Amino acid sequence: MNKKKNIFGNYRYLSVLSLAAILILWCGLTYGGVLDKIFLPKPTAVIQAIISMYHDGTLFQNIVSSMRRVLVGWGWSAVAALPIGLAMVMSKKFSAIIQPVIEFVRYLPIVALVPLTVLYLGLGETEKYTIIFIGTFFQLVLMVGDTISSVDKNLINAAKTLGAKKWQTYVWVIFPACLPGLLDAFRVTIGWAWTYLVAAEMVASDSGLGYLIIKSQRFLATDVIFAGLILIGAIGLLTDMFFRLLTRIIVPWHERLGD
Amino acid sequence: MAAEKLTITNLNKIFVNANGTEVQALKDIQLTVHEKELCMLVGPSGCGKSTLLNIVGGLETATSGEICVDGHHVTGPGADRGMVFQGYSLFPWLTVRENIQFGLRVKGLPKSRQKEIADKFIELVGLKDFADALPKTLSGGMKQQVAIARTLANEPSLLLMDEPFGALDAQTRLIMQELLVDIRQKMETTILFITHDIDEALLLGDNIYVMSRRPGSIREQISISYEGKRDHNTLLRPDFIENKRKIMEMLWQDSSDAANGK
Repeated sequence: MNKKKNIFGNYRYLSVLSLAAILILWCGLTYGGVLDKIFLPKPTAVIQAIISMYHDGTLFQNIVSSMRRVLVGWGWSAVAALPIGLAMVMSKKFSAIIQPVIEFVRYLPIVALVPLTVLYLGLGETEKYTIIFIGTFFQLVLMVGDTISSVDKNLINAAKTLGAKKWQTYVWVIFPACLPGLLDAFRVTIGWAWTYLVAAEMVASDSGLGYLIIKSQRFLATDVIFAGLILIGAIGLLTDMFFRLLTRIIVPWHERLGD
Repeated sequence: MAAEKLTITNLNKIFVNANGTEVQALKDIQLTVHEKELCMLVGPSGCGKSTLLNIVGGLETATSGEICVDGHHVTGPGADRGMVFQGYSLFPWLTVRENIQFGLRVKGLPKSRQKEIADKFIELVGLKDFADALPKTLSGGMKQQVAIARTLANEPSLLLMDEPFGALDAQTRLIMQELLVDIRQKMETTILFITHDIDEALLLGDNIYVMSRRPGSIREQISISYEGKRDHNTLLRPDFIENKRKIMEMLWQDSSDAANGK
């Protein structure tokens, strides 16, 4: 009977100790007067900031705005990456045509694209979805292509010698075989999407956790900046844990090294 | 004389590398497998046995030559030529029963019929208690049993086996060999079996083709006839030992020729 492993593995106490150590260091640097509150706010100040946002309703508002932007931007990215990734694997010509574009855009820094997207798309929600889309799509499409083309050839050969027609091989063999890799790609890229949030909300946004951070910078409200960062990090982590759980539910049959 | 199930005539296979150089893997192969026969293909490593099997199975194409199964030319893979590989190739997301049902599902049989047939083969290989288990919980020998059951459930005209017991430990291999003998008695399947284990070839085979090293061609054909049941006593029969000596000499000569650059 396998022991149920939690997200951090069997060494949960080490993870807790590590977080506690960081917290102690933070307290030491702030309460000990080593760093000014402009640079590093006290933990209590950050908590205070979060609580007051909760009380005036902005906490919920900002979280929802940000989540919407990430989910829509990344969601479109996932929807587009699946068929295009598949097409790249199925057609060498198609792959040759679009690969150079993908490889080039992949390396463009997201923040640098904000002026261009504002120019083309204005200052509305679409511009924000687009930033997150661009940040994740080009990576995701390659990851999808890699996952599909890495399916064990033995499985495909077995299907062929059992009489499977081409579409049956794709739907009954390649698709389930890809699921672990695809879910992993989704988990990783939605994590990145959260990190692009600040870039997405840099220009003419009036809500969102990224907007909160940009606005706070102008007032040197470092405690709010930290609050925003911690919230983004926490939600990102929860998203990651959600996807890990989802993976275990959808593909219980998958074994990995170290299981 | 039993009918010919598989005939290979003048088969050649040349691989062309990326830089344009050619490697001849198979040269002028002539081979016949008769119905209900277990035909063994033995040869040194790298002689092209797997390539030959893949060509018969339709997973690769020959450069020249003819392959006929039941009188029809082989053009691609198909359910009439089932294959069992050395790496297990079970679908990890399907249970044992679902794996065995795969070929039947491809054929579009109704679910109840699929289960009926699958259960019969689960029984045949002795895995009744594991029908709903996932492959990751099975041992190597059990996985191969499922692989064999999966291929047989599809009722192939010809069963192609590529060193199916090669990755198993010695004891499991003996059990699997006995299982194969048992299956053959019950099902009379025609089998083309690759092995580098001479004992295995002489124990199980009705007819043995010995291949030379690369470029692989047929060196010798040895017909086997033992009266009575095949079991561990067969390994000590004088004709068994004589055949073994013959084959070993051929393989030794090949490897010393290779070492001397002939």
